[in-house]
Order: sequence, then C-alpha cells, then structure tokens
Amino acid sequence: MARYIAKRVLMLIPVMLGISLVVLILIDITPGDPARMVLGAQATQEQVDELREELGLNDPLPVRYGRFLWSVLHGDFGTSLLTKRPVADEMLERFPYTLMLVTLGTLLSVLIGIPIGIFAAVNQHSWKDNAAIFLSLIAVSMPNFWFALLLIRFFGVRLRWLPISRVAVWQGWILPCATMALGLAALIARQMRSDMLEVLRQDYITTARAKGLADGRLIYRHALKNAMIPVIMVIGGIFGTSLGGSLITEVIFSIPGLGQYIMTGLYNRDYPVIQSGILIVSALFAVIILIVDVIFALVDPRIRLQYTGKAKRKAGKQVGKETQAIENF
Amino acid sequence: MAKEILLAIRNLVVKYHTDDAVIHAVNNVNLAVKKGETIGLVGETGAGKTTIARSILRILPPHTAKIVSGEILFSGRDITKLSEKEMCKIRGNKIAMIFQDPMTALNPIETVGFQIAEAIQLHNRISRSEAERRACNMLEMVGIPMERYSEYPHQFSGGMKQRVVIAMALSCNPELILADEPTTALDVTIQAQVLAMMQSLKKRLGTSVVLITHDLGVVANTCNSVAVVYAGEIVEYGTVEHIFDFASHPYTLGLFGSLPKLDSRERRLKPIKGLMPDPTALPQGCRFYDRCPEAVRKCSQTAPGEVEIAPGHLVKCIKAKGGAA
Amino acid sequence: MEKKRKQLRIFEIWRRLKKNRLAVVAFFILILLILTAVFAPLLAPHSYSQQNAKLANAPPSARHPLGNDRLGRDILSRLIYGARQSLQMGIIAVAIAATIGIALGTVAGFYGGWVDNLSMRLLDIYQAIPMFLLCVSLAAVMGPSLHNAIIALGIGIVPGYARIMRASVLTVREKEYIEAARAINASDARIILKHIVPNAIGPLIVQITMGVGSCILAGSALSFIGLGVQPPVPEWGAMISEARKVMREYPTHALYPGLCVMISVLACNLLGDGLRDALDPRLKN
Repeated sequence: MARYIAKRVLMLIPVMLGISLVVLILIDITPGDPARMVLGAQATQEQVDELREELGLNDPLPVRYGRFLWSVLHGDFGTSLLTKRPVADEMLERFPYTLMLVTLGTLLSVLIGIPIGIFAAVNQHSWKDNAAIFLSLIAVSMPNFWFALLLIRFFGVRLRWLPISRVAVWQGWILPCATMALGLAALIARQMRSDMLEVLRQDYITTARAKGLADGRLIYRHALKNAMIPVIMVIGGIFGTSLGGSLITEVIFSIPGLGQYIMTGLYNRDYPVIQSGILIVSALFAVIILIVDVIFALVDPRIRLQYTGKAKRKAGKQVGKETQAIENF
Repeated sequence: MAKEILLAIRNLVVKYHTDDAVIHAVNNVNLAVKKGETIGLVGETGAGKTTIARSILRILPPHTAKIVSGEILFSGRDITKLSEKEMCKIRGNKIAMIFQDPMTALNPIETVGFQIAEAIQLHNRISRSEAERRACNMLEMVGIPMERYSEYPHQFSGGMKQRVVIAMALSCNPELILADEPTTALDVTIQAQVLAMMQSLKKRLGTSVVLITHDLGVVANTCNSVAVVYAGEIVEYGTVEHIFDFASHPYTLGLFGSLPKLDSRERRLKPIKGLMPDPTALPQGCRFYDRCPEAVRKCSQTAPGEVEIAPGHLVKCIKAKGGAA
Repeated sequence: MEKKRKQLRIFEIWRRLKKNRLAVVAFFILILLILTAVFAPLLAPHSYSQQNAKLANAPPSARHPLGNDRLGRDILSRLIYGARQSLQMGIIAVAIAATIGIALGTVAGFYGGWVDNLSMRLLDIYQAIPMFLLCVSLAAVMGPSLHNAIIALGIGIVPGYARIMRASVLTVREKEYIEAARAINASDARIILKHIVPNAIGPLIVQITMGVGSCILAGSALSFIGLGVQPPVPEWGAMISEARKVMREYPTHALYPGLCVMISVLACNLLGDGLRDALDPRLKN
C-alpha cells in the first residue's frame, strides 16, 4: 500500500510542474501591465518600468519559471501586489473557510444523494424512481447562484430565519452549504442509482438471491457495497470539483475563502495571487483525488490485493485516471 | 416401486415483456423430477431452459418476466403461490442453483468463504463460527483447501470458482439442484472434473438434479431422463436409454445428427438448418415446422399434441406413433 | 448500402427515443429555443436596451407581459434576446471542445505509444486544475466578453471529450473492419476519417448533448460574476446578476432568467438521458 501511495505522490510532481507552467503562461498572455495596475493610471512610464524591473517581469519566461519554482520550493508564494502581504499567509487565513464550505457541502450532498439514489434504483419501473430522477435532473440543471439568491430571498429576507452573509455564526453556513449541495447531491444520486442498477443486473446478485437472501440484505449488503465503489470515486471528484465551484458561493455569501481570494486577484490582475492561488487549489484538488484513490484501493479487494499480494497488474494507475475523468461540470 | 416425485411442473407458461414485444419463453411445459434422479434439459441457446430453471426458484428478472400460468409443485406445495418470504426459505436451502458462468457468479468483493458461510448461516440456526467451519468443510469437499477460505473470487481460476459455486449450492443439503450449464464456460478437461465431482456428490447426498445443457454427451453420462426443449416447449421426453435408442422427434434426431460420431463412417455432420423461430412471434402450427426435414402441410396449421410412443416416452410430433419401440 | 444502414440506425434511435416522452418534449423545447434565438428580433415585442425611467421596476402589464427591469427595459424582450447569448455559449463552446477533443482523442487512441502517453499526461495536468476555476481564470485573463467566455468554456472542457473519444477509439481500433481497411492498404488518414471517427463518435453524442446544457449553465455563471456577456446585451446570467440589486423588492426579476436557464439546461439533460437509453437499450432494464 505504501508503495502505491508513494508512486501516486511521485506522479503528482510532473503534474504540479505542468500546472505552474500553465499558470505562468496564463499570466503572460494576460493583456494589461500588472505594474501599471499596482501604480494606477497617474504613474509615469519610468515608475512603471522601474517596478517591472523590480518584479522581474522583464525576464524571459524560463527565467521567471525557474524563479517561481525556486521560491515555491522554499515556501515563498510571493507577495500580493495589492495588500503587500505574503500570499501564503493570506491563503492560510482563508483556507479554513473554503475547507469548511467544501467539506460540509460535500457531506450534505452525500447524505442526501446516496439515499435518494438507492431509493430510485430500488423502485425502478415505478413512479417513485421517475420522480427521483426528474427532481435530481432539475437540481442539476439549476444555476446554483440563482438557487442561492432564491434561498437568501426566502429564508433570509422573507422568513428571516437564517443570516445571509455571516459565517461567523453556525447558522450562517446553512445556506452556503445548501447551495453547494444542490447540484452535487443530484449528481451523486444519479451516479448511485445507475451504479446500483448496474450491480443489481450482475450475475452474483442472482447467485445471492438464489442462496435465499431476502431483498433487504441483498440490496444493502451485496449490491450496495459493490455499487459504492464507483460512487466513492465520484464523491472524490465532486469534492475536488466543489473546490472550483465554491468560488461563486463564496462570492455570493461573502465568505472570505480561497475562491473569493482568487477572484479578487483575477479582477485586480494581482498575478502572485493568481499564480499561487491556482497552484495551491490544484494541489489540494490533486491531494483529495489521491486520498479518494487510496480509500478506493482499500475498499476494493481486487486492487488492495494487488499491492499487498504478489500479483502485479497495473489497475491502480487506471483507477487514478478514472477518478479524474469523472470530474463533472 | 416408483420413486417419489419431488418436483412437478404443470402447464408452465412464462412470458417476458419488453418495450416492443412479448417474448413467449416457456409454453405449457410439463416436467417431473423424482427423488435422487437427474433430469437433463437439452436444447439450443434461447430455447427457454434457463427460464424454466429460474421459474422454479422464482428468480426471473423482476418487472420483465412473469409466470403467466401453471403450477410448480415442490414436495406438494405450489411454489408459484408462495410468498416471497417463504420463497427465501426454499432458495438455497431446499432448492439450489449452479450458474452457467462462474466468472461472474461470485460477488467480487466478498471472500469465497464468506459467501458460502452466508448461505449456511441463513438457513441454519447456528453460530457464525460454526457456519464458517461448515463452509471450510464444503470447500474441502469440492477439493479446495480450506486455507483459501478468505481469498477473493478473482484469485481463483474458472474451474475453481465453479467449485466454489457448487460448494455454495450444496452447502445446505438441498433436495434439488438446478445446474444451468455448469460446465459450458470451463475448459474441456476441467469440465470432466467438475462433472465427475458433481456426480459423486450427488450420489453421496442423494440430491435430485435438473441439469441444463446442450451437450448430449454429458446427458448420456449423467442423466436418468431427458427433456428436449425447443422454442419454449418440451418436444420429447423419456429415459436416457430410450431417447438415445429411439429418438423420435425430428429435432432430437437433428441434435444427434449434429454430433460427431467416432465410429461412424459419415464424412459430414448434419447440422439442423435454419434458426429457432422468433419467440416474440411463434408460428401457429408446429414450432419446428420451418426446419423440419419431414414436415407436411398439416404441421404448419395445427400444433401437434403429445404422443406416448412407449411408456414414459413422450413426443410432440404428428408423425410419432404409439408403440414404435 | 452503407448509407442506408446508417439511416436505419438513426431511424431506430429516433424510434426508441420517441418512447421516452420527456426526451421528446425536451427535444421540441430545444428546437423552440433555437428558433427563439434565431428570430429574436421578430419575436421580441420591444428593444432589449431601450431604457425608460418611468417604467423602472414596473409590474407586468399588457404592453410588458413580464414587467420591466430596474432601468425600465422590457424583461420579456431581454429574455428572448438572452436566448441568443446563452445558446451561443452552450453550442459553440461544446463545438470547440468536441472538435479539439475528437482530434486529440482520435490521434492518441489511434497511434497509441508515446503520442498517447504524452497527450494523456498533458490532459492530466489540464484536469488537475478544477474546471470551473480554469474557465474563470481564462475568461478573466482574456477579458470579459461573450467570445472570450465561449473560448474559455470551450478550452476548459476539452479533456472530458478527448478522454471519451480516446476510449471509444481504442475499442473501435481493434475491430475487424479496421483490419480489413488496412489490408486493402488504406491510408491512415482515410482509416481515421472514414472508419474510426464515424464509428467511435457514438459515446460522445450523449456527452455533447449534456455538454451544451452544462456550458449554458457555466456560461450564465461566468456572466453572473461579470466575466461573460457585457451590458447592455442581455444574457440570462447577467440578468440575474443585475436583478440581484433589486432582489429584496422585486424577486421576480431574478426568477424569470433563472427559470430560462433551468429549462434550457433541463431540456439538454433530458434529451441526453433519453439518447443514452436509446443508444444503449441494455441500460434501461
């Protein structure tokens, strides 16, 4: 198992190198001069040139890339042009908010999505299944920012039950998490349903039925356990995707998280923030997927045994790829 | 004295409903299995053999398949009328099934031992450890060392998996085993092993077996009687000896004709030409009419009735005559 | 002969699709939406940008069935014109992504080896950035506009299409008719264009249908945060963003464009689901 994890971690290195290059190129093609942004329209051309030199913006791309990597390796993620504070410090302050939002949102969507998916699969060919599918499709099709506004309007303004933009109190998390969970729960439900149906079609379920298992045990022990394996992968993908999706939720509910931070950076062309922000969020994303794959490998004996036993097939690698491919938009 | 009848199927009709059509899978099948006897169901793929077996256990695909009419009497009780709860007590306990494809018949994420022990514990009021002990015994009985109890299906070969499936089926000493082409998916050498093992176990435990196969060689070696299934009907039924010596239905003869014989000087096999009729639109008359080398006009108009050509030897063909033997 | 078979197949799929009433409804809703977008100038009762201070936030009336927004513009007309932007984002972005994805996936799947390895590793990097974050970043650095939003979306979702295409090509590549084409010495280009792509594209159809929906959704989100269509051109997401300012007093202003997005995306998803079942009937039982 340790070898598997080590291998996966090693595989992350080229990916991270690639991302930092992509990010740097992204900044490079950005129209507008970051130095001009910092100094404002009144600054003279000399002042701008001076700052450009100071920030090293005039160096060729490979030099800047090397410098960026070098400083990141030393834990230096640059300094925000706007606030003049180290990006690493600012992101560390904001990280708990995003983590909270993403974790709670994913948790909520799992708690809602999985039972609905099972319910739908078990009631296939009945109106209950059709209703569940249709509702989940509506949830997937709703713009979540719109849903958030409706929630705010109804629970916050109309009923005055919940605070609308104060995550300082716990009630403040309810609406943002509901916003996050809306589409994700529906995705999980749909995945759960289709995997469940797929498993229920399998021969080994017939074998188990022929053994005399009653429907309850058949579904919850044999079918669910098998169907959960692909669902876990989807949940991992969703957890990661919600990292990107948290952006809008954070903006709407004024949650001072990473997404909002990157958004502000993007609006202000604060390139150290953009660079390091995307890099760090992507790294988090990668780590989450890694964790999911490890869980996956632990749950599924077919993969677990490959890394503890003698067999040497390369399914682990495939599984890793699958997780990423699942990422849903 | 004739042996007691364990299972009697009367006028069984099973249909599948798909989006577009109704598939007439089993049409008016009658069948009797005596205690300790092995009966072979022979026929082409898609003839309805598996559907008959699954009807007996009531494990047809839900929503699409339905037992339309008929009775399945098992120890005198009509299985088609039992509640699902009572059915669960019969499945795996009184009647067990061995499936065609051992590669997919086992749950991939449970150990093989657990899967056997689960069946044992389900039908017996015993402790978990006792169930595990018995499962180990079952493994040993089918020739798998009990050390492999906690291994997973993917660590076994196809033949070994089928042994596990057989162990599972036998684990509660069922009175009837439905073996659905138990050896088709296996290598020829393994086939013989598995069959020999099934035979000896069957003799030891005195179980009745319904053996589904399209291999007449297997039938000759293992069965007491044979039912030839064609397009959801039993077209010929009798003891193995009688059928092999006095096959009367043109389809049965065709089956024998498509077997290679080592002692014959014939150069070519005689395959049955054509295909089985579409089960969504069965012909009015004899179902074998299109392919029958001896068909006459009357065959296309009226379905032939059953003729007893010798005691216990039934044929569904208008050309068959009583007392032919 | 070949052509006839293909027609039969399409007919067969349509026949199966017809059984799914929701999918048929969705199909017609989409047609209706496209027609609305194309004929917006004929259908819209008013101009989408004409402001009228006197009618600011006016309730629905005979002249303005859905009322007027905070600048007194006719909401119905803006919704009708908005269909243009939203559909463009959905359809063109997916067209971009599908084109690149099909090309990349086909080449990777067909040639295999280092070409495949390299492109898959590149996609790994690509996909290591959360997709929405990537789209937002691209849209932001290129500058907010409809075209840039479309490009950002299109580029952002390429990996999914490339991977599906590659997987599909890998299975098609092993088929006998490819062997046969090789045996008669057909060129790679011919094999790819005549045999591989047409046969491998099936699994992508569902992804494309649903992709249009997700791009409409993501596009409206981009516009909502100010990175998509710019005022005064109406777009549903941007309309919601604008309605947010008067959310407290006039919540219906945000309701209508949201419903429009939802219905369009829902239609895409329903049609996609229906197509999936129609293409692979096995999944239904």
